[in-house]
Amino acid sequence: MKKRAAVAVSMIAVGTLLGVTACTSTPADSSEKTIKISYIKTDAFTALDTLFNNVKPVFEKAHPGVTVKLEPIAATDDDYKTKLALSHRSAETAPDVFYEDTSNVRSDADAGYLLALDDYVGKWDDWSQFTDAAKQAGQGDDGKIYSISLGTDTRAIWYNNKVLTKAGVDVPWAPNSWQDILDAAQKIKATQPGVVPFNIYAGTGTGEGSNMQGFYELLYGTDLGKDALYDSGSSKWVVGSKGFVDSLNFLKTLYDQKLALTPAQALDPNIWKEVFGTLFPKAKLGGTIEGSYTPSFWVKGGSFEWADYATDMGATAFPTQNGQAPGGVSMSGGWTLAVGAKSANPQLAFDFMAEALSFKNALEYDNANAQIAVRKDVAADPSYTAANPFVKAVTDMVAFTHFRPATSIYNQISVEVQKASEAVITGKMSPAEAAAAYDKAVTEIAGADKVIKK
Amino acid sequence: MTANVLSPTPAVRNRQRPGRQGSDGRTLGKAIVRLVRMIPLVPAIIIMVIFLAGPIVWSFYGSLTNAALTGPNAAHSSFIGLDNYVKLWNDPVFPLSLWLTVVFTLASAVISQNLLGLGIALVVTRANKRLATLVSSFVVAAWILPEIVAAFVCYAYFSKDGTLNQILAGFGMTGPNWLYSFPMLAIILANLWRGTAFSLLVYQAALNDVPPEISEAAMIDGAGGVKRLTYVTIPMIKNTITTNLMLITLQTLSVFTLIYVMTAGGPGNDSTTLPIMAYKEAFRFSNIGYGTAIATVLLLIGAVFSVIYIRAARPEKD
Repeated sequence: MKKRAAVAVSMIAVGTLLGVTACTSTPADSSEKTIKISYIKTDAFTALDTLFNNVKPVFEKAHPGVTVKLEPIAATDDDYKTKLALSHRSAETAPDVFYEDTSNVRSDADAGYLLALDDYVGKWDDWSQFTDAAKQAGQGDDGKIYSISLGTDTRAIWYNNKVLTKAGVDVPWAPNSWQDILDAAQKIKATQPGVVPFNIYAGTGTGEGSNMQGFYELLYGTDLGKDALYDSGSSKWVVGSKGFVDSLNFLKTLYDQKLALTPAQALDPNIWKEVFGTLFPKAKLGGTIEGSYTPSFWVKGGSFEWADYATDMGATAFPTQNGQAPGGVSMSGGWTLAVGAKSANPQLAFDFMAEALSFKNALEYDNANAQIAVRKDVAADPSYTAANPFVKAVTDMVAFTHFRPATSIYNQISVEVQKASEAVITGKMSPAEAAAAYDKAVTEIAGADKVIKK
Repeated sequence: MTANVLSPTPAVRNRQRPGRQGSDGRTLGKAIVRLVRMIPLVPAIIIMVIFLAGPIVWSFYGSLTNAALTGPNAAHSSFIGLDNYVKLWNDPVFPLSLWLTVVFTLASAVISQNLLGLGIALVVTRANKRLATLVSSFVVAAWILPEIVAAFVCYAYFSKDGTLNQILAGFGMTGPNWLYSFPMLAIILANLWRGTAFSLLVYQAALNDVPPEISEAAMIDGAGGVKRLTYVTIPMIKNTITTNLMLITLQTLSVFTLIYVMTAGGPGNDSTTLPIMAYKEAFRFSNIGYGTAIATVLLLIGAVFSVIYIRAARPEKD
């Protein structure tokens, strides 16, 4: 035994020594300045990679001696955010410029990961082109600007004209209440076996997406409206609301009556690829809630090219619960660019970011990625409105859209909402039980003085 | 009976500890000699302290803070005492996760891998060489695969339109979505497939060390196959069994990649073993401190198992 232990110890020793040398053998960047850019690049999302690859040579030419190191990360949004947060914990690994979700701006600013940009934007001529809503999206809890919006989005019902017509539902479709959606879904179920009538994402599998393209469209369409999740007047999180239980009940009906995807499919993190790539093009899905960026997957050069999408698909606003004002519900998010607080060359980093957000680059990016423009000059450009047949419809939804209460604990609350919807669609809890569990978790996360019963 | 020939095996007899005499004649000189003899161990001890004890202490400290991946606690984490452990105690997921970890470890390692490994090893040592090589290469192949590859293979096998369901379809049966409907069964089978080779190799080596004369002697004394196995072979490889059990238990307690790729702990928390729970809390939900507390509990469970096995492995006194 002793001998074995000694062998084990020496093996561990050798292993660690190897590990140590492996770590130290990476060459240190010396005199030349390097700025490091982190962002997501997947087979379904290449627009940002294209943008940075266009900016890199221009920027390096204008700044001799500066190397731009692009570090695309192939990951889901959640994994990317985790990796990014971990890399921020040391100046060695923290990127100079990075892609940042608006919902993380406040918490990451609180965590000290983001550089306040007020001094930089003050000297930047283009800043006046950004809409006020876009400026606010990059603000921290302290009111400083921490990140700059690349574009925003809205959420709509995307429906397949063929499926609806076959079911006897008139297109263009304009449901006025939740009941209208159930009615249409029942008609599809009755006429077309094997077709998923109407999907609403739910559960933790699709992460934040299941709230943004799912539960929030329900919740914000209940009687509490814009204050259904977070009461803006008192700055407190809402618990015990009827709307929350009603929304869960709607999900339960949809999933229990087999009008949506199966729970197993809904919990698959990659299900959205199937929705865009297979279900809609093959007319196997009646409708779903998805982002305004939806056409970007189908256009020429998109991940799931589909020539007929413009005629086969339709987009309409998600209705409020009983058709109450304002008649439609939409959620807006969007991603931004930010500068790392630990960056050794903040001015260079900002200059790179400014170049990436210039009129020309923003226009190209917004068109390629079907983003809703946040620069006034881009929004006014004829090529922007002509990018795809749905631009006007989804841009009009800005009128009644909601933004997430992106406070520093928002992401933790978001996870609790996902857990509640997952518990309901999998049948683990009744809507009332799931809502009670949510209330308890929110009270624990936010503190008893930061919740309000409605 | 043949018991007097069989029970105190030579292997056990040889394990008596030498050098217990003279504890009363201890002098200063002897103490110095003993210290000098310790010197070669110093580098090993230093490395153990830095790379083994260090992280453990650090993880324990981390579990007493509210460190987070984002938000204000990421910038300034503070000491919160045992709050994370109190929270864990009241967390409804924790007992479930603990239970799933125990089920996973017992079912896939302690029972399946161990018995199957021993069984195949017994067969292989008796079978003809070519067949033996074929069988062990098949088993070992699963073990040679990197864990992430093995995990994807299992995912492809058990997923809804995977290999297993296609085979079933060939027989006219419709298989369930294994990863969703029977997540624990799927990951237990996957870990069994992947891990059996380890036990097989360990047992093969041990069985080769059992002198054939003893078995033969038992056979002449009239012991049948089962008796020879229970009275000769198993007592002689008892220490190997204990060591093997310890190693596979500790390996299985910490299985992460396999489960994360196959089910990610779901659906709901139905296959969330403690490593998955720790990962989810720390990295998915950003509560590093809480996740570390779960990891510390896992460490303690591993330590308890080790102590039990080490005690069991102690040579018994005649």
